[in-house]
Amino acid sequence: MMDLRLPIGIFFVLVGLIMVGYGVVSPHDIPHITEKVNINLYWGIVLLVFGAPMTLFGWKAEAKAKAEMKAKKL
Amino acid sequence: MDISTLFAAVAVAAPHSGAIIHLHGIDWAILVVYLLFVVGIGIITGRGSKTSEDFFLSGRSLPAWITGLAFISANLGALEVMGMSQQGYEYGMMTANYYWIGAIPAIVFMGIAMMPFFYGSKVRSVPEFLKKRYNEGARFINAFTFAVFTPAISGISMYALAVVMQDFLGWHFAQSVWVSALVVLVYTFMGGLTASIYNEVLQFFLIVLGIAPMTIIALIANHGWAHFKKWIATHQLPFLTPDQVAAAAAKPGTAVHQMPATQWMHTFQNTLTQNNPMHITWPGVVLGLGFVLSFSYWCTNFLVVQRALAAKDMNSAQRTPLLAAFPKMIFPFIVILPGLLALPLLPHLFPGNTTVNGHLIPATESFNNVMPLMMAKYYPAGLLGLGLTALMASFMSGMAGNVTAFNTVFTYDLYAVFIKPNAPDKHYLWVGRIMTIVGIVISVGFAYVVRGQSGIMGYTQTIFGVVNAPLIAVFLLGMFATFTTPAGGLWGLLVGTATSVTLWIIRSYPGLPLWHHYNNNTTGAFWGAVWAFCAGAGATIVVSLFTKKKKDEELVGLVYQLTPKPPQDANLPWWKKPIVLGVLALVLTLILNLLFW
Repeated sequence: MMDLRLPIGIFFVLVGLIMVGYGVVSPHDIPHITEKVNINLYWGIVLLVFGAPMTLFGWKAEAKAKAEMKAKKL
Repeated sequence: MDISTLFAAVAVAAPHSGAIIHLHGIDWAILVVYLLFVVGIGIITGRGSKTSEDFFLSGRSLPAWITGLAFISANLGALEVMGMSQQGYEYGMMTANYYWIGAIPAIVFMGIAMMPFFYGSKVRSVPEFLKKRYNEGARFINAFTFAVFTPAISGISMYALAVVMQDFLGWHFAQSVWVSALVVLVYTFMGGLTASIYNEVLQFFLIVLGIAPMTIIALIANHGWAHFKKWIATHQLPFLTPDQVAAAAAKPGTAVHQMPATQWMHTFQNTLTQNNPMHITWPGVVLGLGFVLSFSYWCTNFLVVQRALAAKDMNSAQRTPLLAAFPKMIFPFIVILPGLLALPLLPHLFPGNTTVNGHLIPATESFNNVMPLMMAKYYPAGLLGLGLTALMASFMSGMAGNVTAFNTVFTYDLYAVFIKPNAPDKHYLWVGRIMTIVGIVISVGFAYVVRGQSGIMGYTQTIFGVVNAPLIAVFLLGMFATFTTPAGGLWGLLVGTATSVTLWIIRSYPGLPLWHHYNNNTTGAFWGAVWAFCAGAGATIVVSLFTKKKKDEELVGLVYQLTPKPPQDANLPWWKKPIVLGVLALVLTLILNLLFW
């Protein structure tokens, strides 16, 4: 069965990239507060920091499982 | 449905023509990526569903971290996110009792004491456990009530979400209902429990990462925690009884009692009397919520037990609820705290404050909608898409959880017993898929029924709690006492439920006997649960004394005293030992309780 970390990781990397890209291209501060915080940029980075290792671990586990399957078939 | 949402008043906002939130392209992009992923996961996991056990129980193959997160996510409906933030505003940190008293102890008990019997007996559902321990009658009562109420609760959740989407985004009610139902249908139909669980884990992270920024932003908007506490120390807040809420809603400007806002920062302060925002006393909280209602829900409801039954081995099954306990205990900071922190930021959401400059504030701007209102105010385009997708995910995870539990109980405990026993496995797999469609259609139908008569909503949730409350008595006496008999279990369920329903009727009609009247619904429900438990336990014991018990051999694996203890794996690292995880969860919960005492 598919390693769940892979789709979750890819999902958050994608959404993280969308938010970081939007934060860079069209900076929006948090409305109605005095502090200037480009929240899309920062929160997009948080999503990337979460998603990237998930993708990596999931991808490694998938590759390992596939190699084991191949070895079994041989 | 969760105990914590049981008493959550639900958003019943009047239809509103103009949208409050306007979505941008980026918000749509995030929503579309999410929808593509959940459907994709359904298609991929669907390839692995070849037998009924694959479809209903994920082939009992999943690791503990996945089933653990699904365990939380399945009962994390949209009503919890909306309802808990509302109660954070209305009652403050007292709402955290639903987690630190009303969830964690029961979840830990479930993992350590009860899971060995559910998983070890190889039952496929909770009603099947009742059949093995007691008799077919006990299974039927449990399966029937579960099959009736589960899609109804799912429909209520769907209605609540559609109303929010209608009021805030201007989406048509039918659009929200059918689009979300169709997406859930596609992935649960194709991948069964595995698709539901996989998506629940994705949804769990999405809910956390989509809603957690609200706590951070609300803290920034309040200029920090210390500044917020200063505001709390210098303000008074409405001390509302249900009668006052109704009066204030009917007549804006009605004077209500006030109490110091500092009371909003505590979980147990002034619970010797009812002089606290929730109007409850501590014995009702500890016995009614912390013991009867909480244990009945977390230890016997198939919606949550099913996630643990999907685990790959006994250790993973035991760790499913135990691992879930840790994120669950910090959820108040994500769902309750934004409501509490909204008090200075959106100060006009209490009933009685319904006018600004003499103009009526629309019903959407009540504390029922504090979470979407906060999002509308503080989330810019982009983050808003993530937040709304998280709200939608919370709804979908709850609905898929309900539907997958419903199709399993219907197929295994009603269809395969009373309609067509001994059919080939492929037939039951087919019935399960059909019942997935039926469950979703009933949910949609119920969303429309509730839309027409919103009063039904409160009743259905209350009745579900009422029906659930006596269950734990029968389960505890079944698992931890050898003398209880099949007739005892059956009568325990009947008498407990009858008591619970009777007390609810008495509470609902002020003209009936006065001894079971309370000045608010929550206290009444807590005490009703306690008396129903006593009646159910009493009936089980008394009837068991006069009826024939099952042979000891039939009860091996079902009753503690008659089940050989499984060999302890000494090589397990400490973080995989159920008892270590359980004690750690309880200690951390105790610390949280003391911090907010």
